[in-house]
Amino acid sequence: MLELINVSKTFNAGTENAKKALSDINLKVEDGDFITIIGSNGAGKSTLFNAISGAFPIDTGKIISDGEDITYLPDYKRAKFIGRLFQDVKTGTAPSMTVEENLMLASGGGNWLSIGGKAEKNALRERVASLGLGLEDRMKTPVGLLSGGQRQAISLLMATLNPPRLLLLDEHTAALDPAAAEKILEVTERTVKENNLTCLMITHNMSSALSLGNRTVMMTDGRIIFDTSGEERASLTVDDLLLKFKANSGKALDNDRMLLS
Amino acid sequence: MEFGDILSIIQSVMELGLISSLTVLALFLSYSMLNVCDLSTDGCFTLGAAVGAVVALSGHPYLAIPAAMAAGVLSGFVTAFLQTRMGINSLLSGIIVNTGLYSVNIAVMGGASLLNLNKTDTVFTKMKALTENSFLSGWHKVLVAAAAVVVVLVFMVIFLKTRLGLAIRATGDNTEMVRYSSINPVFTTTVGLCVANAFTALSGCLLAQSQKLADINMGQGIVTVALASLLIGGTIFSRGSVKVRAIGAVVGAVIFRLVYALALRLQMPAYMLKLVSAVIVIIAIFIPYIKKQYPTLAKRLFRKKEAGNA
Repeated sequence: MLELINVSKTFNAGTENAKKALSDINLKVEDGDFITIIGSNGAGKSTLFNAISGAFPIDTGKIISDGEDITYLPDYKRAKFIGRLFQDVKTGTAPSMTVEENLMLASGGGNWLSIGGKAEKNALRERVASLGLGLEDRMKTPVGLLSGGQRQAISLLMATLNPPRLLLLDEHTAALDPAAAEKILEVTERTVKENNLTCLMITHNMSSALSLGNRTVMMTDGRIIFDTSGEERASLTVDDLLLKFKANSGKALDNDRMLLS
Repeated sequence: MEFGDILSIIQSVMELGLISSLTVLALFLSYSMLNVCDLSTDGCFTLGAAVGAVVALSGHPYLAIPAAMAAGVLSGFVTAFLQTRMGINSLLSGIIVNTGLYSVNIAVMGGASLLNLNKTDTVFTKMKALTENSFLSGWHKVLVAAAAVVVVLVFMVIFLKTRLGLAIRATGDNTEMVRYSSINPVFTTTVGLCVANAFTALSGCLLAQSQKLADINMGQGIVTVALASLLIGGTIFSRGSVKVRAIGAVVGAVIFRLVYALALRLQMPAYMLKLVSAVIVIIAIFIPYIKKQYPTLAKRLFRKKEAGNA
């Protein structure tokens, strides 16, 4: 379970450019929740993820994960139990290292001086095969030579190799071509289901925001303006969402990508 | 040229090439793997020579080797600490440590800028005594250097396969990704620089013992010489596993020494060594750059021409 209590963050505080990126965010994520997050450009969706994963210290508030206060935990320590994928497919992998080496690093088995043996390599190969992308025959290929979709699939596998308490997906299919995006989304859904992961996903695709997961959160100006789940959510359409947005934020949704898709 | 001359040139090329290849392997770790250009290499090389010479003079030629390496680890740790914990740019921290080491090195040598090991037992004289009257006589320096290189090479190849080694490689490749794999890049950078500098110091220690001399200026410019060797090896073994590339670093160092020895034979003055290595480094880095830039450059030139004709 993840809980954000009164989390606020202002960038460039005290200057003319001060921007309140997160404003008194309260969010309780139950175990097994799959929450989709939508909102206009600059609404604070990615900032929310950065706060959760510890990319910067928050100004006020608390972040609690499974009862543990992680507000001041450095990002690399949070990464032990928070997996994250980005829109930029280059973020999650080391390009000049092979698929196998990337995965061995992520698997984190053994101590610092351990060398991955045959058993570990075979196990990793099987996990890669389970992605269903045929990448198991390219274990010795440097990741930088793979396509964007393939890289993102490897990143997803790396983030979930040891099932994290929380998986953050930051528009992780937005930079892919439609076919690859669909494939990665399918793999994502399957991975989340198989491992029973708790997951937050930022998306610009309104229909997948409603069809994926069990809860949808809408953000604007660093605030959560709408949070829906259960039957209410099941009856919502994309048009309803757009109306809700206008009603709650007082302006029309201006995410260009969102409107075009 | 007499056969004896050729043999002694080969021996000297092998000896100096192999000893300097330890510094090249150090840069292979810090520059190629960790993506840090460690400019403290010059000072650290001399530090290894100074510590090695002082310990050898006290009658412990074998102990001189771990002592020099420990000094190198310490120097690498300081360089890493400056850039990871004190917010000093990585190039600058290397330069700062290099400057500081000048004083440290003279202090280590007891205030002298030169130590003579002519009458001292070294690992090389020990090996000479061992191989005397055998078919290996005369090869003792090459043997010691080769043994050191084999040990370091094997260590390096295995080390880079461990989880820690993978993490160090990933740190140079994509620091963000290392953080997301819940590994602290500060830790990997520190370990990488400590290990690399241990080998640089070992290199200096062995050179001092083989030349029977530790001189405050003996490390000057070694970073450029080693970088030139590394890049020569890199162009020959550009595509390959880490193992192949590490071997390439050693081959590059020997080739560099060979070319240098040939140039000396052709009456190139010895003081040209550093200029030559500087030019090699420039060319080796410039060629891949221009290859990448050429298409745009060609287009721009071509279009200008067309516009001129029209």
